[in-house]
Order: sequence, then structure tokens, then C-alpha cells
Amino acid sequence: MKAIITVTGKDKVGIISLVSTECAKNGANIIDISQTVMKEFFAMTMLVEIDGLADRFASFASDMQKMGIENGVDIRVMHEDIFNSMHRI
Amino acid sequence: MLNIQDILETIRMIREENLDIRTVTMGISLFDCISDDPDRLEKKVYDKIMTSARNLVRVCEDLENTYGIPIVNKRVSVTPISYIGSGLSPEGFVRLARVLDRAACDLGVNFIGGYSAHVQKGAIRGASTLIESIPYAMAETERVCSSINVATTKAGINMDAVRRMGEIIKEAAYLTRDRDSIGCAKIVVFANIPEDNPFMAGAVHGIGEPDTVINVGVSGPGVVAAAIKEAGDCDFSVLAETIKRIAFKITRVGQLIASEAANRLGVPYGIVDLSLAPTPAAGDSVAEILENMGLEVTGTHGTTAALALLNDAVKKGGVMASNHVGGLSGAFIPVSEDRGMISAVDRGILTLEKLEAMTAVCSVGLDMFAVPGDTDASTISGIIADEISIGVVNNKTTAVRVIPVYGKNVGDYCEFGGLLGYAPIMKLKGESCARFINRGGRIPAPIHSLKN
Repeated sequence: MKAIITVTGKDKVGIISLVSTECAKNGANIIDISQTVMKEFFAMTMLVEIDGLADRFASFASDMQKMGIENGVDIRVMHEDIFNSMHRI
Repeated sequence: MLNIQDILETIRMIREENLDIRTVTMGISLFDCISDDPDRLEKKVYDKIMTSARNLVRVCEDLENTYGIPIVNKRVSVTPISYIGSGLSPEGFVRLARVLDRAACDLGVNFIGGYSAHVQKGAIRGASTLIESIPYAMAETERVCSSINVATTKAGINMDAVRRMGEIIKEAAYLTRDRDSIGCAKIVVFANIPEDNPFMAGAVHGIGEPDTVINVGVSGPGVVAAAIKEAGDCDFSVLAETIKRIAFKITRVGQLIASEAANRLGVPYGIVDLSLAPTPAAGDSVAEILENMGLEVTGTHGTTAALALLNDAVKKGGVMASNHVGGLSGAFIPVSEDRGMISAVDRGILTLEKLEAMTAVCSVGLDMFAVPGDTDASTISGIIADEISIGVVNNKTTAVRVIPVYGKNVGDYCEFGGLLGYAPIMKLKGESCARFINRGGRIPAPIHSLKN
């Protein structure tokens, strides 16, 4: 199973490091990263393999969200199928 | 990997444009609960609902966590209760309504639909008794919703039922007078009622449905409004295409949630309902879509055309995205549940006559509008008869959910709270239609019902 982590908000030093450390801690393997910066607005998407998380997905997603709030960015972890459904036929 | 712009578009839709799954509704057949012993019937109904839907809320919450999309309402619809409690007294029906209410409360679902009867050609004993019990059942329960189908294109219009429903709605308004007559917000009178509608207050589990089923209602007026705004002053072909594209995306999410929910609950997946359902929240309004198309205020000239285009494009986009489409599928235009509609009524631009015209081209009907509390029952029946005729003649579903707010008049407001919103009291014509309504009998089915 794969999930997509999105980080959006004002650019901040070390944000990718924080997210990837949290992934490593939870056994979520990072497969791909894309990012874009428009003016000060930062957007990063990360494709992660989450089979190692098993039933800890909900707490992983909520920890990530909390970490985002603490750092002034919006972090969401969502199953990749929602994006595949919407954007691929 | 997916395109970053596509991913960010989805995030924006959810975070800023109120994209959500409006409802996951489990339909449950209660036919195997029928008993001539009222106590046994009540126990079997409660047990069947609790057993079938015990995991509904948990599974929906898991889906919200996994896919990151809010599922606003988890609901249950049941077989029309008039069939299940056919031998009951009016008091027996009210007791059964309390059982439904308790089950909904214990499950954690916000509404349970199916306190219903189909009387388009005439009423079986259970249907007549259930109708008599509706005001009391609505006053004594919080989560039970009632719908009465008074007409079909094939059968014509049961005007005796239309007349009686005018009186029933007035009684329900009186019995819930301490809460702005909220009982009426849970009563819908239908023509051509769908048997798989997941939206309240009209959800029932039809008699041709499986034992249990999952139906999903998508939403997303805010997403459509934003897409139209971004498209700018394009021509109508581009406008329709913009709506179709966005409706496709919205519906794909509904399809994903519907099939996943059905899979995890181990019940068949029924349909995805493509309706655009507004809420009173900012940026979640169907009226805003129409205004983004270029109307200064919803209700002005051009409104019916704008709504017709919207409704058609939503269906065309949505139907390609789902393998089974059903329910109401179109745009909802409830007054009290849509900030733009409330504002248009408040400014006197959106009148009942225009609202009625709009219902000829959209999915539901005259929905969640408030009228003076002293309105005659026959006038309420006249409003119902007009709206039902539109459905019968045009071979489509229409419905009326009218609230004659006890003690209030034009210039006042009524407040229901939550998703039901608030509404200004609308002006009606003072001239009577009582002689017409009191004729009794049936209005024959239109000629085009004879298709065989």
C-alpha cells in the first residue's frame, strides 16, 4: 500500500528532514519526492510505501498533522488511491 | 508518480473548497422483522438495524483517516415502515418511530430514513395509519425522517393524500412549535420517489433493493463554484465542459468511497448519487455556482437556464465516473441549507414562483423553505400539488419539504441549526385553492405514461 504525504505552507528550513525522520521512525519507505516553491509558498509531495505501518496508519497520519501544526505548515497523509481515482482514468 | 499539480488540486478541493462525501447511507430491509406482536416487531427491528449497521460509523471513520476526505454524514435508511408495521395502531407506529430513533442514536448516525409510505394510487391500512401518526412521530423523535410518495408518472396524483399531507404538515408544525416547527424539516412529500436515495429526509430502502446495501452521496458545490470562477468569462460550451470535468473528479472520489465502504462492511454497493448538496457553510453553496456563472443574484432572469446547464453537466461528468448512478442525482436547491439561496430570498429576488420554475430542471424540488405559520392546510396542499405535477408530467422526481413556522410571518426568520440552517419566511398568495384541493380523488396519469 502506498500513501502520499503532502506538505504545504510557508517555506521553512528543515521541513523535509522532519518529515523524512518521522517516516523512518514509523517504517514508511520513501519512494519519490517532488517539490515546488512559488514565491514563499512551499509544496512538497512524497510517495511512501506504508505496508510496514499496518494498523498504525491513522496515528501516523495524525502525528504528521500535529507536527505540521507545530511547524506552521499543513501536512496530510492520504492513501494514493484517492489521487489515482480523481486524476487517472 | 502522480503529477504534483494534480495532488495539490485534490488537497485544495478538500481544504479550501469543502469537498467531502456528504453521506454514506446503509439501506436495510426490515421485511424479515414483520410480526403481529408489536413488542416482538420492535425488538426485531432494533436488532436488525443494530446488527446490520454496527460497523458503519467505524468503517466510515477509518475511510476518512485513510483517504483524508471528510465523510460528513453516516446514515441508515429502512424499508418503508408502512409495510413493516401494517397492522399497528397510530400509537404503535409512534412507538416504532421511537425504536428507530433509539437505534440511530445508539449507532451514532445522525438520521434514519424510512418512516414512509407509498400512496400514489391509494393507501393500504398501514400507510393511512402511518400518515396519521407522522406529526407525533416527528415531534417525539429527533433523527427519524418521513417521506410520503403521493404520485408517480404511471399512477397519477393521489389528491386525497396531497390534501391530507397539507394538514399533517400543519399538525407537525404545531407539535414542534417550540423549535420553529422543525418537525416539518423531516417530512418530504414526493412524486416518483427513488428507492435508493442516500440523502435525507427522503431516503428509503426500496422493496426491490437487496437485504442491505451501501449508497453514497457526493457533494462539492464549492469545488464547482471555484472551477467556474477560474474559467472566467468563457462561452457556454467551455462552461459545460468545466463543470463536467470537475463533476467527474468529485464522483470518482464517491465511487472509491462507495466501493471501499461496501467492501469493508461486506454488503453490496448500490449507487453513487451525483447530487451537488449545499450546506449553510461559506463556500458550499449551489447559488454561488449560479452567481459565478454570471447572475447578479440567484433568482433573477436566467437562473433557470443556469441551473439547467449545471444539472445536466454534473450528470454527464458524473455518469462516466461511476459504474452505478442512482438516487436523486442533480443539484439540490434547499433554501435554508444554502447561504446564497437564503440571501437571495432575503433580498426578495428569489421568490417561490421562481424556485418552482427552477425545480423543473433540477433534481429535487421545493426544499427547506419556510412559510407563514398561519398558512391554510389547503394552501400547503396547493403548493404540494403544483410541485408534484411538475414531477409527474416531466417524468422526474420532485418533492416538497415546506415548513409553515408556527407563530411566524413574512419578515421573520426560523432557525433549525446545523446542516438544516435557517430561513426567512417566504410570502405566499393569499387567495384560496381550497375548493380545488377538496375535490378529492386522483388526477389521472399523463398520456405519456402509456409507453408500452
